[in-house]
Amino acid sequence: MNQEHFIRTRQADWEKLEQLLTDKKKPARDGNEHDAFPALYRATCHDLALARSRLYSRQLIDRLNQLVTRGHQQLYEARHTPLRAITAYIAGGFAQRVRRQWRFVLASAALFYLPFLMMLGAIQVHPDFVYTVLDGETVRQVESMYNPGSEERIGRTWDRQSDTDLMMFGFYIKNNTGIGFRTFAGGLPAGLGTLFFLIFNGTYIGAVAGHLTQIGYTSTFWSFVAGHSALELNAIVLSGTAGLMLGYAVIAPGRRTRLRALREESRHAVEIMYGTAAMFFLAAMVEAFWSPSPLFPPETKYVVGLIFWVLVLGYFLLGGRNRETG
Amino acid sequence: MNQIRKTMLDTIHPVETPEGIALHLPVAGLVSRALAWVIDTLIRGLMYIILGTLLVPLGKTGLGLLLVLTFFIEWFYWVIFEVKRGGKTPGKSAMGLMVIHDDGTPISWGASMIRNLLRVADFLPLLYGFGLVSMIMSRDFKRLGDHAAGTLVIYSEKPRQAAKQTDAQPLRPPFPLQLEEQQALLAFDERSLMLTGERAQELAELTGPLITEQQHPVDALRGMAHWLAGERGKTS
Repeated sequence: MNQEHFIRTRQADWEKLEQLLTDKKKPARDGNEHDAFPALYRATCHDLALARSRLYSRQLIDRLNQLVTRGHQQLYEARHTPLRAITAYIAGGFAQRVRRQWRFVLASAALFYLPFLMMLGAIQVHPDFVYTVLDGETVRQVESMYNPGSEERIGRTWDRQSDTDLMMFGFYIKNNTGIGFRTFAGGLPAGLGTLFFLIFNGTYIGAVAGHLTQIGYTSTFWSFVAGHSALELNAIVLSGTAGLMLGYAVIAPGRRTRLRALREESRHAVEIMYGTAAMFFLAAMVEAFWSPSPLFPPETKYVVGLIFWVLVLGYFLLGGRNRETG
Repeated sequence: MNQIRKTMLDTIHPVETPEGIALHLPVAGLVSRALAWVIDTLIRGLMYIILGTLLVPLGKTGLGLLLVLTFFIEWFYWVIFEVKRGGKTPGKSAMGLMVIHDDGTPISWGASMIRNLLRVADFLPLLYGFGLVSMIMSRDFKRLGDHAAGTLVIYSEKPRQAAKQTDAQPLRPPFPLQLEEQQALLAFDERSLMLTGERAQELAELTGPLITEQQHPVDALRGMAHWLAGERGKTS
């Protein structure tokens, strides 16, 4: 069969397929036409193979290649995530995925909480230690924010408007979630970025907490951070977990190539990042609307903070235990 | 598959489909991707400016809203467009690009999230430094995010109509031709419309013995191509 004849016999089918591909946005009016799509697509695949092996002209092959590419895109389109999958994820799938990576969770928690605790402790012994991390200006700002006698202190005083809360909500979302995403992405260069963000943030937060504790602003500071601490700090740890997974895939891919290891681990890591982003959002809400509220005494806030810690740890330790791993 | 890699001097990414045939995907290069990024960045900048002028006058409430919205634009602009608009952000669309999985299927939420969260890593240390190195070192111009997500940016060609035909009288070649020679003639026929007359003439004259007896080498070669494609004119 020569090329002209080939085109003449097959042209009609190609045009029909092209029509179906162009019309895909419109809902099928009669089902029959769309039922024909897979068959038409496979026939065209066959034509492309024939055209190539018979060395037909470049343009014919290109045209068929393009038609098949579009058909392939349509036929193998990913299905949308059903709502059920999302609820299953929240109900325990997230916790399962985190537990499966428990080694990285522990490593990330150590990299974050150890510098935090060490800094916190060191400043109680040597108060000047705070200046190794924060400069004088920052220290003064932090002090005025949490000074129980200060007018500018954080937390809603009776005349602070709720629109300030909304502004801070926006700030926490943008800033904290951004830090989380960067901590994750920093895992790509062999985990170095993740390492840096975890240790840096641990040290920094530890310095602030240590200094304020040491100068005695405990009730303003600890009662403010108590509420959102469980969500926010552990969201940072989980961002670090996902980042370390990437870094480890690059450093020690095992029997896979580095690229293959990176691809496989990214898929798992991003599944942790979905939940982590949600945690940052919840934390921002608590931090903006609950933590600064003047309506409740510090004791109440400590209790609520404790409840959050129990809930968060409980979720990750027990969530999805009774389910099939998915 | 390797055959294609070796013999073709083009950035083609072959994908084997379940139907058992190889799709040839035209991988997009550095410059068009960079330009697409510039366009997207300008569009995002414009979005910030518009949102800013609308929301800042609303005071702290507006500022909070602005921060939330800019957060979403910063991180999810790419993901939303890539997943919802068939792999095309406005910039990619303007440059005729699209992003797909490297097995040729349309991009999913997961892959788009990975490649766009890791954009920060590609951006390091300065203006896509790592991304650039990664793209240059990779056959398919993948930045780090593309490697991790298993994605590929390709040229999204416009649906192509059947090529314009030259009209020439079918002409039997003076002697039998090898397969490659036949192909060269067919390709010349299809491309000759895109060449200037002089260049076509110059190329045609290279065929030597084929056209020694011909007045118009270009027309003669076109005629032979038509003959090879199976046309038989009234005269032959």
